[in-house]
Amino acid sequence: MIIADKKPIEEIIQEVKDYDRLLVLGCNECVTVCEAGGKKEVEVLASALRMHFIKEGKEKKIDERTLERQCDHEYLEEIRDVIDQYDAVLSLACGVGVQFTAEKYHSTPLIPGVNTCFLGANEQRGMWTERCQACGACILARTGGICPISRCAKRVMNGPCGGSSAGKCEINKDLDCAWQLIIDRLRDLGRLDDYEIVAPIKDWSTERSGGPRTVVREDVQV
Amino acid sequence: MNLKTSSKLEKVLKSGHIAVTSECGPPRGSDPKAVTEKGKLIKDHVDVVNITDNQTAMTRMCSLAACIHLKQMGIEPMLQMVTRDRNRIALQSDILGAASFDIHNMLCLSGDHQSFGDCAQGQNVHDIDSMQLLQTVRHMRDNGKFLGGDDIKRPPDIFVGAAANPFADPFEVRVPRLAKKVACGAEFIQTQCIYNLDKFEEWMRRVRERGLHEKVFILAGMTPMKSAGMARYMKNRVPGMDVPDEVISRMAGVPKERQPQEGIDICVEAIQRLKEVEGVAGFHIMAIEWEEKVPEIVERSGLYPRPQV
Repeated sequence: MIIADKKPIEEIIQEVKDYDRLLVLGCNECVTVCEAGGKKEVEVLASALRMHFIKEGKEKKIDERTLERQCDHEYLEEIRDVIDQYDAVLSLACGVGVQFTAEKYHSTPLIPGVNTCFLGANEQRGMWTERCQACGACILARTGGICPISRCAKRVMNGPCGGSSAGKCEINKDLDCAWQLIIDRLRDLGRLDDYEIVAPIKDWSTERSGGPRTVVREDVQV
Repeated sequence: MNLKTSSKLEKVLKSGHIAVTSECGPPRGSDPKAVTEKGKLIKDHVDVVNITDNQTAMTRMCSLAACIHLKQMGIEPMLQMVTRDRNRIALQSDILGAASFDIHNMLCLSGDHQSFGDCAQGQNVHDIDSMQLLQTVRHMRDNGKFLGGDDIKRPPDIFVGAAANPFADPFEVRVPRLAKKVACGAEFIQTQCIYNLDKFEEWMRRVRERGLHEKVFILAGMTPMKSAGMARYMKNRVPGMDVPDEVISRMAGVPKERQPQEGIDICVEAIQRLKEVEGVAGFHIMAIEWEEKVPEIVERSGLYPRPQV
C-alpha cells in the first residue's frame, strides 16, 4: 500500500491559517491503514486545529469528512454538494488523492496534510518499510523476491556493493543490505548459482524517467 | 604480447612485471598545482596514477580534468568513474572525453553513498551499476558502438578495471562477485586496502581455485596507516574495511611520533609477503594525503626502479 506520514502541525497551521472555513478530508484506504489520514486522524487533527485557532482568538469553521477513496471519481462526488461551503480542503489522502480532489474541485484550494512516503508494508506495529518503487518492469523473479531497486540505497542491480557489512547497509546500521537478503534467499531456494547471472542494463523508461505514466487496459474499458 | 589497448598498465602487466599504481585525490578547489604537485612526488615510482572521482561523496575537482593535468606532465593517469553521479549519457560522454585526451585506463565503481559527503540532500543516479559500466566501456571499445547502437567514430582505447573488496560481506559471494566482474569485462582489479593478510590470502586461494587469476590482473590495495587513531577509525568507521586488532595494537604499541614509521613498516612487510602470493599481479598504493611516502614504500618493497615499457 501507499505509506504516508503526518505533516508537522506547525506546517499545516501555516498553510491553513488564512482560511476561515476548512474541510479536513480523510481517506479510508491506505492512509487509514497506515494511521496517517483516516477518520481517526481527521478527528485528531481537526480538534488540534480548532484548539489552536480558539487560543489565538480566531473563529473558524473546521469540519470533518472521510471518503471511501479520494482516488476515485465516484466517491469524490459525495462532497460536491458541500464543497462551496469551504474556503479550502485539507486533505489527508496520499498525493494521488490530494491531486484527484484538486482536479475535481478546480476552484477550491487543496492543502496536503500528510507526506506521501513510499509503497510499503506494515512491518510491525507503528513501523512501515519500503518494498517497491513502481519501476513498471518487475524483476523480482530474478532477485529471489527481494527488490534491489527499492531496498538498496544505490539500486545496484548486480550487488552487493563494497559497503555491505554484517548484513547491513553502509548508510545505516539499522538498514538491511538488500543484496545480503537476496543472497540469503537464493541460498534458501537452492538457487545460489543464479547469483552469477549478470543483470542487464535496465530499461528505466517504464519508471519515472520515462515521464508520467498511463496504464490503458482495453479489456476493462467501457 | 597480445595488447588490446595503448595502456602502459596493460603493457607492464602483460610483460610479466609486478605493476605499481597509486592514487591522488583531486583538491576541493580549482588549483591545478594541488594535483601536479602530488603527481611530481610519485611519478618515477609508479606506473599509473588513479584519480579518484568525488571520493566519500565530497565534491572535488573532477577526475577527468585532474587526469588531463597528469597526462600533460607525462604521467599515465587512471580515470576513476562512479555510477552515482552520471547517467548513461554522461558516462559515455565522459569516456569519449577521456579517450580524446588519450587516457587509456579506467576504473569502474559505484561510489560511496552521497549521505557520506557534502551533498547529502542530493539525488543519486545509479542508472547503471559498476558491472554494467564495465560492460559499457568494453562495448564502446571492442564493438565501437554506443549503448544506443550507433557507431562511434574513433572508439575509446581504454584498459578497464574494477574494484574488489575481499573483506565485505557476505564473504561467500566475494569470489563469485569477482567472477561476475571478469565476465563483464574487467581486465584488472584494484582491491580494497588489505590489512587482514590471512583473509586476503584465503580469498586469493579461492580466486585461484576458479582460475580467475589467469583471467584478470589483481592489484592488491595498500594504505599505510599514519597513527593508531587512523587504524581505529578505519576499523570502526569505514564501510567494508577489515583491520585486525593485532594491527591496531602494533600501531598503538609504539610512541605517537614513531607511529607513522610503524605504519610504513607494516605496509612494506605486507607487500613483501603478498608479492609471493600466486595471482597477485601488482600493488595499488593508496597513501591518502601522504603521497610523499610512496617512493619509500616502493623502494623498500623492492619494486624500484619501475620497468620501462
